Amino acid sequence: MSSDAIVIEKLGKQYTIGTATIGDATLGESITSWVAGPWRRFRQLAGRGEGRTTFWALKDVSFRVGVGEVIGIVGPNGAGKSTLLKVLSRITPPTEGYVDLTGRVSSLLEVGTGFHPELTGRENVFLNGAILGMFRAEIVRKFDAIVAFAELERFIDTPVKHYSSGMYVRLAFSVAAHLEPEILIIDEVLSVGDLHFRNRCLGRMQDLRDEGRTVLFVSHDLTSVRQLCTRALLLNSGHIVADGTPGDITRQYERMYQEGVENTTGAADRRHPPSDYHIRRVELRNAAGEVRGQFDAGEVMEIHLWASGPAPENSFTAEFKLFNEDDQIVSFGSANPVRSTYYRAEHQHFVCRLGPLPLTEGRYALSFTVRVWNKERWDYWDRAIGFSIDRCDLFNTGHGVANDHNGDFVIQQEWLVGD
Amino acid sequence: MAYPLRRTLRLEAPGSWQMLNLAELWAYRELLFFFVWRDVKVRYKQTVLGAAWAVIQPLMTTFVFTILFGRFGGMSKQVEGPYALHVFVGMLPWTFFSNAVASAANSLVGSSHLISKVYFPRILIPIAAIAAGLVDFAISFVVLLLMMAWYGVAPTPAILALPLYLLGTIVCAGGAGVLFAALIVTYRDVRYVMPFVMQLWLFATPVLYTLDIIPAKWRALYALNPMAGTIAGFRASVLGGPFPTGVILISSVAALVMFATGVRYFVQVERRFADVI
Repeated sequence: MSSDAIVIEKLGKQYTIGTATIGDATLGESITSWVAGPWRRFRQLAGRGEGRTTFWALKDVSFRVGVGEVIGIVGPNGAGKSTLLKVLSRITPPTEGYVDLTGRVSSLLEVGTGFHPELTGRENVFLNGAILGMFRAEIVRKFDAIVAFAELERFIDTPVKHYSSGMYVRLAFSVAAHLEPEILIIDEVLSVGDLHFRNRCLGRMQDLRDEGRTVLFVSHDLTSVRQLCTRALLLNSGHIVADGTPGDITRQYERMYQEGVENTTGAADRRHPPSDYHIRRVELRNAAGEVRGQFDAGEVMEIHLWASGPAPENSFTAEFKLFNEDDQIVSFGSANPVRSTYYRAEHQHFVCRLGPLPLTEGRYALSFTVRVWNKERWDYWDRAIGFSIDRCDLFNTGHGVANDHNGDFVIQQEWLVGD
Repeated sequence: MAYPLRRTLRLEAPGSWQMLNLAELWAYRELLFFFVWRDVKVRYKQTVLGAAWAVIQPLMTTFVFTILFGRFGGMSKQVEGPYALHVFVGMLPWTFFSNAVASAANSLVGSSHLISKVYFPRILIPIAAIAAGLVDFAISFVVLLLMMAWYGVAPTPAILALPLYLLGTIVCAGGAGVLFAALIVTYRDVRYVMPFVMQLWLFATPVLYTLDIIPAKWRALYALNPMAGTIAGFRASVLGGPFPTGVILISSVAALVMFATGVRYFVQVERRFADVI
């Protein structure tokens, strides 16, 4: 590496978050707070005043990126990945420390930024190109290539509001793919679209790497980090925890999760809690209410979840995903819309009664989500806790059924002689 | 791509004193053009009457105010020449001003998606909103010319001063629009106060009446309204009246102060927009 494209030195970013409202005890206090409220609120909005809480989304982050390096950044939700990208993209200023960027920078935090539904495909190519930092002359020169790459020649003069979501993403990606920056900062744009589209994104990333451009990208997809990157960083709770080869870093990241999976004590507290609303504790209980990490098939399991505080909105849902030993998803459940239970903001303890469990013998892991259905999730606690099914003999044969040969679950069945 | 400002760009905590980076604004001039172009295009795309609205709006207000103040309020007697023309000449820059301020003020919040995803000088957004209003202004200016022909009022050499007062209106709209835009990002309440402020501002500006009804001893104070001298000067250049020099001078200074204050406040707070929007 002859020189550094990006130098990050003791970078820190502090955010102020909303104050907890203090309950009013008496009518007198209510009236006082009603009168004083707007003033207090004004001071809060102005970024001053008492009672505000702050947290560091990034703290003491230092690293250098050489010209031509492709760096993958991995880490759990709330680790500070998005904040780091926002600081590097100049969307938000750092609170302390500095970043030196040498070379032309393009940042791509999503595809299709600034697309306007009323404008035609052609018009949006120009608008989006300009927003991403292309000059008009450059867009004119690349226009035919962009349209051809998106395979949208016939629809280029149609307003994009009539596009299917696939066409929309194709056009948006095509504009982005024709950027020629020296430094590219890229968020998980690869995770949208179908398989074909993802492969094209990966192909384009490989081209960028081969052309010797510097790329910094954040991803949850460990496979693409291993495939594309020359180096990786593991971010957690706003700090860089590890810096090394993509293979080592992704393995270390996976181990962070296995801690949760290997925990079969029946209870777990969040080890790396995100700063905003999240699930802080989970307990698995049997029908007798005992906290347990071992169950038999046919038993009922109660999942207890505790939130960090009141939720941001009413009518939300809690969800689980069940994974098997090979990390494949086995099942999914949610308070709504699967079951029509809607939690209100003040609810902080959620219980899911699950079963009788039809699972075969082996080990399983659970992940949890809280959100308003169909909206962005507030929290995803990945591989929060593991449990094992010790005995699966639903038909009382005296023989257990294990998940290594016979699948993950047993379906009720009867066998008859046909006519 | 990526506007090459200098080889190494340092990002660090904003200092206490921010300056408007003119070199950077120049580097982003094409994006400003695209924003204006988008605003103009989108504005007329889904309206049935399209550009006709640019004409209808000031015409209707002129009509209503002519009846209300001219007939019933007896204002027409205080004005030389046709009252409707008098009102329309004032309404023209005023409509541009108030629309520009309103759309600039709401422009940032309306572009919150852009602000949280990509960097560019944030001031481009309210500036583009104001510039897009110039198209409406140009269209209704044609109507003014037709109206002058109808009333048989010929332009005098004074009309040469018109661009100056148009510039004054843009400076006023820029100052107020940029200030309101930045305020609304943090304090959404300002949105609800604004229509009321604009209404009062209209009545504090010589659109429906002339400067003559303001007592001479109050005139200097009255001229602190940046739009007062601007509208009076605009009207004088179109209708060829005498220019109220004193009022225009004071208003011009007030306009420049308002502009500087607006821009100053904007650049001071723009870097935290993404965090609070």
